[in-house]
Amino acid sequence: MVFRDPRDYQMISLSSLLIYGIGWLNFEINVLSCLTIITSALLTQYYCTRFFLPSPLDIKSPLISSLSLCLLLRSNSLWLMSLTAVITILSKFTLRWRGKHIFNPTNFGLVAMMLLTDHIWVSPGQWGSTAIFAFFLISLGSLVIYRASRTDVTVAFLLFYSMILFGRAAWLGDPWQIPWHQLQNGGLLLFAFFMISDPKTTPDSRVGRIFLALLVAMGAGVVHFVLFRNNGLLWSLAFFSLFVPVFSKELTTFKKLPTLTPNLRS
Amino acid sequence: MKHLFTAIILLTALIIPLPEVYSFCGFYVAKADTKLFNQASQVVIVRQADKMVLTMANDFQGDPKEFAVVIPVPTFIEKGQIHIGDKTLIDHLDAYTAPRLVEYYDENPCSPYRMYDIAPSAALKSEAAPQRAKKDGHGVTVEAEYTVGEYDIVILSATQSDGLETWLTENGYRIPQGATAVLESYIKQKVHFFVAKVNLTEQVKLGFKYLRPIQVAYESPKFMLPIRLGTINSNGHQELFIYTLTSTGRVETTNYRTVKLPSDKELPVYVKDQFADFYRALFDQQVQAENMKTVFLEYAWDMSWCDPCAADPFSPKELRDLGVFWLDNAETSQPPSPRWGGGGGPAPAVFVTRLHVRYTADKFPQDLVFQETADRTNFQGRYILRHPWTGEDSCAEAKEYRKSLPERHRQEAQELASLTGWDIDKIRQQMNLPLGDEKSSPNNSWWQKLWRK
Repeated sequence: MVFRDPRDYQMISLSSLLIYGIGWLNFEINVLSCLTIITSALLTQYYCTRFFLPSPLDIKSPLISSLSLCLLLRSNSLWLMSLTAVITILSKFTLRWRGKHIFNPTNFGLVAMMLLTDHIWVSPGQWGSTAIFAFFLISLGSLVIYRASRTDVTVAFLLFYSMILFGRAAWLGDPWQIPWHQLQNGGLLLFAFFMISDPKTTPDSRVGRIFLALLVAMGAGVVHFVLFRNNGLLWSLAFFSLFVPVFSKELTTFKKLPTLTPNLRS
Repeated sequence: MKHLFTAIILLTALIIPLPEVYSFCGFYVAKADTKLFNQASQVVIVRQADKMVLTMANDFQGDPKEFAVVIPVPTFIEKGQIHIGDKTLIDHLDAYTAPRLVEYYDENPCSPYRMYDIAPSAALKSEAAPQRAKKDGHGVTVEAEYTVGEYDIVILSATQSDGLETWLTENGYRIPQGATAVLESYIKQKVHFFVAKVNLTEQVKLGFKYLRPIQVAYESPKFMLPIRLGTINSNGHQELFIYTLTSTGRVETTNYRTVKLPSDKELPVYVKDQFADFYRALFDQQVQAENMKTVFLEYAWDMSWCDPCAADPFSPKELRDLGVFWLDNAETSQPPSPRWGGGGGPAPAVFVTRLHVRYTADKFPQDLVFQETADRTNFQGRYILRHPWTGEDSCAEAKEYRKSLPERHRQEAQELASLTGWDIDKIRQQMNLPLGDEKSSPNNSWWQKLWRK
């Protein structure tokens, strides 16, 4: 089965993960919350393409962003879930640099809301560490990556992050079980395959992407092991995304995309 | 009071599988050559922002002179940060948050308006001045030594794990095999070690027959519980109950899945007399189903009310004694009324979470790391007994009702069997139901039901 648009793979993968999460892992999110997020995202996209930056309506991009939000965002308030979806989509239209997004929209939506309110949270441990599931996730994700030609940033990130975890364990004299357990985490793989790999936010050059992967992995390590805070991956990616235009060697040759195209990725 | 005490005893008997020795997340370092095991512990964590009060209840049942515990703590602890708590408060918290049975009595189906609430069944019912920074030989620094209550406490920092081991051994502590690597890991993470043993003279003076819980207050971004040391000298798995009292919402682990215990299940009424066995079997079954890789949520509730209340609600003073430091006027406020809060004074802004984890070093290689979520959804392990109506009215509804009872009992039996893994035939026997799979009985086939008059 061949899909013309890699985003189709992405939507199927994310939907399957969501169904697995709700049906088997008892994620603290229900169908109503998911529908709220998806509807808010689609309406925001419609509004923006209609009145803000007139362009053809693209529904795949907001669908991908909102599916990612369903997987990560938790709140008791439907209103805050809706607001997060709105902020997520708005960031694509407002926070731009030479035709590219500064932040991965889902990453921005989550981080902005975590800064703004105490009433949303992300549950990094709820994926568990079942190895079979990790493999399942990887295989699903690799399809997307393969099609999206951004395998390098994912591989580099996983490599650097593994080196940090195993290096730390070696230094502390901990058994390998510990870094291995830390790696067997659905949240981490989701981040590596679906968030950091976003071609709309990563540098266009391979060197730039690998450098970004290194910075994000190190940043996440600092958040977890120096600052002792959770969600290090999200904080780190949001922080270093700010510097992508600065360190990208391709600064001047950032691929200029049309303001909005039907192929806009989340 | 007597009833409360009985309930506490029953509760403790139920939820704690009577370990030979009862331990916290550290390990016991026996001063004599006694075989010691760690099997179960209770910890209360009170936390807001980065301020934390940790209460460790030990139900140590051996000779007090053999009690000693080593706990990694993230910061230096001053004497004023250590307090000796009240064990009854932890027992109260245990009773208050324990899974509970509720009973309903079916109404007469001939006169509608059914199902009123039931009575909840009670759950299962100074000292030496600090001498800071005394350098010792082996790369171990005795940061301070205190006597607090019946405990002699030493705060250590170390640069070498073998040095720490030597220090502990030279000072009369017995170190379990395999501790070196774990100690080294903690030393490199720059933690301090809180070492406590019983001061027998003080204990006699104070007159307590049991060891009271140690409370430590400190400030640290680390919201975690060290469990690795506790697995070293344990025999098989360990059982840990963690109660968190926070101001925002439910607490969960970030490096392991937190899963809710099955709840709101209807069970055969005979379970009333076997609730302790039921809960133990249920927990065993859940642990097995999750391959011992998850932390279980047993209770998550806003403490300003409870429904049903498995024990008396907490007064602000009791909460304060447990370490809730953000409550004002604790002495004057009254306990909240059961059910909907508001009876006496402002409801305390405290959210309680009870987590239950069974672990081995193999399945839980990392220390537990927590996060407080904004989730204020109430959850309790609640099991329901529905007593059938036994009246003799013969209206059409009563006939229908009586017809529905066998099916209901069949489902209750199946529910109980699937939750506990107990033999379905034995359950049916206890319920006086026909043995074997009723589904296969011709009277219960779907077509029989379809055209039954």
